[in-house]
Amino acid sequence: MTAFEFLQGYSAYILLVVVFAIGLYGMMMKQNLIKKIMGMSIVQSSVILFFIVSAYKEGATVSVLDPALGLENPDLYLNPLPHTLMLTAIVVAVVTLGVSFALVIMIHKRYKTLHEPTLLELMK
Amino acid sequence: MSDSNLPLLIPFIFLLAALFVPLAGSIRRWASQPLAVIACLASLGCSLAGLQRVFTSGTMRHYLAGWQPPIGIEFVFDPLAAIFCVLLTGVGALVLIYSGPIAVQEIMGKRIGFYSLAMLLLAGLTGMVVTGDLFNLYVFLEISALASYALVAIGDHRAPLSSFRYLTLGTVGACFYLMGLAFLFMTTGTLNMGEMARMLPLVNQQPQVVIGIVLILLGAGLKMALFPLHTWLPDAYTNASSPATALIAPIGTKVAVYMMIRVLIITGFPPIIAAISWVAAIGIIAGSILAISQTNLKRMLAYSSVANIGYIVLGVTLANPLAFIGAVLHILNHALMKAVLFMAAGGIFNKMGTLDISQLRGLPKKMPITTAAFLIAVFSMVGIPPTGGFFSKIYLIFGAIEASAWVFVAAILISTILNFFYFFRVIDFSFFKPYTKSDPAREQAGETMKMDEMSPSMLLTTLILSAAIVVVGVYNGELVDQFIARAVPGF
Repeated sequence: MTAFEFLQGYSAYILLVVVFAIGLYGMMMKQNLIKKIMGMSIVQSSVILFFIVSAYKEGATVSVLDPALGLENPDLYLNPLPHTLMLTAIVVAVVTLGVSFALVIMIHKRYKTLHEPTLLELMK
Repeated sequence: MSDSNLPLLIPFIFLLAALFVPLAGSIRRWASQPLAVIACLASLGCSLAGLQRVFTSGTMRHYLAGWQPPIGIEFVFDPLAAIFCVLLTGVGALVLIYSGPIAVQEIMGKRIGFYSLAMLLLAGLTGMVVTGDLFNLYVFLEISALASYALVAIGDHRAPLSSFRYLTLGTVGACFYLMGLAFLFMTTGTLNMGEMARMLPLVNQQPQVVIGIVLILLGAGLKMALFPLHTWLPDAYTNASSPATALIAPIGTKVAVYMMIRVLIITGFPPIIAAISWVAAIGIIAGSILAISQTNLKRMLAYSSVANIGYIVLGVTLANPLAFIGAVLHILNHALMKAVLFMAAGGIFNKMGTLDISQLRGLPKKMPITTAAFLIAVFSMVGIPPTGGFFSKIYLIFGAIEASAWVFVAAILISTILNFFYFFRVIDFSFFKPYTKSDPAREQAGETMKMDEMSPSMLLTTLILSAAIVVVGVYNGELVDQFIARAVPGF
């Protein structure tokens, strides 16, 4: 397999790994807490999409029994398991966002800023 | 088997209690704590019954809604899971009994939330232990993590920010785990642990599998605060309220280690563990050195947690039976020791009003019983027989000798000396620099030498746990032969 074929065949996965890395960058390098939350959300979305892409098949349909297609060839249906798993992961992501926003509100009420170096300075 | 739903019952009792604790608390404010304790004791009873049954008639399995794996979710209650469940629920019950009076003083208005979150935390942790499905493990992991973020946020004025940092790093850890799981799932097509253990040898050495395992171990490392990934832990433990720290510190990170043990067993101890052993050995030394330089008692204990996670991970990744026994025994010991130390620290903060190590003079006169319990835990941390810490370290050293890893033997021995250093500072200040009347700053604070102990329920639970440290030490032979040796996987 040449490098070009590899890039072409796995383009979606490579893109999502890049998105994952962008999210990590945002969480580590940005100094505003809201931007950190954005980075965290990007990381979570990339993992969710990673699972979804793994379920994709060329020319397949949703995994509901279609009388015209029958049950003989499973290649005609998508794999439903990653989708249902990610439904749970999305719920987890939403709850994490909720908790992190609650914490940010508490921090902002007390210190009137969300700039991390300033916060660390104020807390000494 | 009609009674095979026992493994499901353990987390389920906690989930149910998490719902009823706020209800009871809204009717009668004091009712939330007793209800939480009752739920924890009920779950402890289930765990003990399960432990007894596992060791007489073998592993119990429960298929959720009757669906057989690999389609359905499986709950597995094997020897290792049984040991962990008893440990989690036992320590949890004692800490919750302990937390009664101190919660009234430290987190008065937030008690109901605290107990409800404690129940959710324990539900997540016990759920992670009993599940036999890798995605279900992720869900329980996030339940326990979200509960502990909120528990950490109930604390002093710095707590929300340290909780926020814990949240971001913890979420990244969970995302790494999920990403790694995606790789393993795509190669094997299953999420069931037993099924995956059968499939992986067929596809071993493929790059996807290796990437998946590395990502999962990275995620577990973040969750358990293994040395270079530990930055969230000291802040979180220092700034949280005393009952929250006493609950999270002994059991929270241990379950991430359990997750790592499970993944390593499934993947048949891949070659990467040699690298993790080195990271763990560096973590043991670095954590101990960082602990020496701390002035706050709770912060020092937090860094010592980082070092002790290093011991446990080293024991697991040496991948031989002796080291594995040492690791499991050290998980047990460290949970007991850290519970006693943090419970004593909570009491000290409560009565002395400070956690600054240099301000602890006069502690043995003011709180003699607490100091005695604290000292037993310190002896165990350093590794003085007959306390439990001595025997788990001996097993770890023998394991390292068996693997001919002399550097790791040296690391354990050096860290024992370092342990002695940082705990000796506490003993030095509290015993050998007695309080004098001529100290004007202290006199202004109006402190006296009068005996002022913790309230009875706090004292009793701390003493029970410190007695348990000695009991584990004295009966370590029986404990290892009867229980831990049977949880050792084939290497």
